[in-house]
Amino acid sequence: MVFTPVLSAHWDEPDSFTLAGYTRHRGYEALDTALGMEPDALIQLVKDSGLRGRGGAGFPTGMKWGFIPQGPEGQGAKPHYLVVNADESEPGTCKDVPFMLANPHALVEGVIIASYAIRASQAFIYVRGEVVHVIRRLQEAVQEAYAAGHLGTNIHGSGYDLDLVVHAGAGAYICGEETALLDSLEGYRGQPRLRPPFPATHGLYACPTVVNNVESIASVPAIVLGGADWFAGMGTEKSKGFTLYSLSGHVKRPGQYEAPLGITLRQLLELSGGMREGRTLKFWTPGGSSTPLLTAEHLDVPLDYEGVTAAGSMLGTKALQCFDDTTCVVRAVLRWTEFYAHESCGKCTPCREGTYWMVQILERLEAGQASEDDIDVLLDTCDNIFGRSFCALGDGATSPIVSGVQLFRDEFVQHLTSGGCPFDPVASTIFGGVNA
Amino acid sequence: MVPDGIPPLTEQTRAEAREIIARYPKPRSALLPMLHLVQSVQGYVSPAGIALCAEELALTKAEVGAVATFYTMYRRKPAGDYHVGVCTNTLCAVLGGDAIFASLKDHLGIGHNETLPDGTVSLEHLECNAACDYAPVVMVNWEFYDDQTPQSARALVDALRAGAPPPPTRGPSTLTTFKEVSRVLAGFNDGLGKEGVPAGPATLAGLEIAKQRGDVAPAFPGKES
Ligand SMILES: Cc1cc2nc3c(=O)[nH]c(=O)nc-3n(C[C@H](O)[C@H](O)[C@H](O)COP(=O)(O)O)c2cc1C
Ligand code: SF4
Ligand code: FES
Repeated sequence: MVFTPVLSAHWDEPDSFTLAGYTRHRGYEALDTALGMEPDALIQLVKDSGLRGRGGAGFPTGMKWGFIPQGPEGQGAKPHYLVVNADESEPGTCKDVPFMLANPHALVEGVIIASYAIRASQAFIYVRGEVVHVIRRLQEAVQEAYAAGHLGTNIHGSGYDLDLVVHAGAGAYICGEETALLDSLEGYRGQPRLRPPFPATHGLYACPTVVNNVESIASVPAIVLGGADWFAGMGTEKSKGFTLYSLSGHVKRPGQYEAPLGITLRQLLELSGGMREGRTLKFWTPGGSSTPLLTAEHLDVPLDYEGVTAAGSMLGTKALQCFDDTTCVVRAVLRWTEFYAHESCGKCTPCREGTYWMVQILERLEAGQASEDDIDVLLDTCDNIFGRSFCALGDGATSPIVSGVQLFRDEFVQHLTSGGCPFDPVASTIFGGVNA
Repeated sequence: MVPDGIPPLTEQTRAEAREIIARYPKPRSALLPMLHLVQSVQGYVSPAGIALCAEELALTKAEVGAVATFYTMYRRKPAGDYHVGVCTNTLCAVLGGDAIFASLKDHLGIGHNETLPDGTVSLEHLECNAACDYAPVVMVNWEFYDDQTPQSARALVDALRAGAPPPPTRGPSTLTTFKEVSRVLAGFNDGLGKEGVPAGPATLAGLEIAKQRGDVAPAFPGKES
């Protein structure tokens, strides 16, 4: 079995997003099981399953839940919150949005189970604002779940109460960073907070808070139904379970592919038809634009946390953006850098100033108006940003540049020697000038 | 003072702002949805809108303004009835988003963050909109128009100008206006979530191939599933 559709198993049914469609496939059954368990036993179950956060960093989900202080003293006595990170904005990442469109109830059920486990009576789904139909689907699902007694007071007669609010963001990539998200949810500019203290003890309104990615939380109902061993039976030694890989770019069949962790890009391309006709893979991102670029040499890297790290990159969000040999890497790197410069929240100098200047240098490089020394200035600047920025956005901004120069230095130089970009942008479009 | 043609904020707006505030453990959390609410009435975040939010949340206008200017979805000038966003982040740009944006600028005669004089269409370029498997992507009022070409995008904006918008690729059966959509963002469900496809073709690519191959996940232990 190469593919293991669990999360995506019923997306092809016309009512997959409704309560009826979800209930037909044992929807909200896991909730009954969970409410019959001790909260700590649920946390243990998720720990045992080996589920790691699907938002990018791969932090063990059960362990994160276990950090929430419990009991009548100190922080434990304050209200607890669950906040779902549905901000999905990392370039290339496109799994949570189609997921919530097709099956918002899996997320809602996961929210209820997770909130019960960490003893929260208020949860939020912070969803990026630029996807209004996804927001409608979530609003509908929440409304249906209240009407069916899955949310509100005395859920399934258990005595447990939970309220869930769908909260729309307003356009800011940085609000995907969990502490910036919390500031945004509190009604401030979304800027990262100094850690420690961590959200587990001082999160939303300075109360104990779990922030988890959509896919992490939506995987929980299946884990409750199937058990920890069932889940851990898929994947690799340290990267357990199934997950959504998002294939995009110059490929024959872009889309969502659900498979156990550890599948390779070669397998995914072979089974989905490969790169577009007559073209070869030039470079790709394993997990969005903040993860260093890889090339065709890395087609057999196992796409799990350990495998991609060993190859010098990061699994990130499993956003496999594939570019073929028509693509200018300098142009791609410039565009990603423009993105980081635009999205830098401005709080710290290395990132705010560094991304601005790197755009200036890359623009000159692309136009062939720089010198080879500028390539080194660029790398120096990355050195001064990486590890010196307040949050991981700054680090991420250096990934395309450093890896791009490492892998394709000749192409950067070629822009200088040939006085501009040697590539034809029309050849890279999918309509190739036709229809233009 | 409200500029010509811009509807004023009313007592109903204020009542709805209070409804939003009541959803949250702390009032200030309501600020982002309240700003969406202001846009749902006036098409942008007006000085009057900032004043209303400040009053309801006991903040200064400067505090509200500082938040409003941080987020790209809040407009400082009225948006068109149809707000067109072209993704020009790297993947879409390379696959054709740059060509689409250039073509629309030329076709409409307006640039980034500008609105046609008749107020029908406004234009902007966007960062990645989480739809890379449908690249190049155009959004109208934050609804998906997937897999575009320059030609299809020009036809789309012509239809918008003519007041006959085609339905989004993955969205409700009818495209609603910028103001109507802003109400949804403020948290007022318009019920249209019931409409539209569960998933587009790219979303289903993996599932279809899995089914062709006969690949399934291991069954849950115990009970039949
Ligand atoms: C700049 C930046 C953007 C991020 N964007 C997202 C995002 O859109 N969605 C997400 O789940 N995590 C995002 N993250 C990671 C979150 O900070 C956090 O680690 C994650 O939501 C935790 O959930 P998980 O443990 O379930 O993965 C981002 C991090 C950074 C630094
Ligand atoms: S690294 Fe960039 S995004 Fe992060 S806090 Fe600093 S300026 Fe803001
Ligand atoms: S790059 Fe355009 S949607 Fe992702």
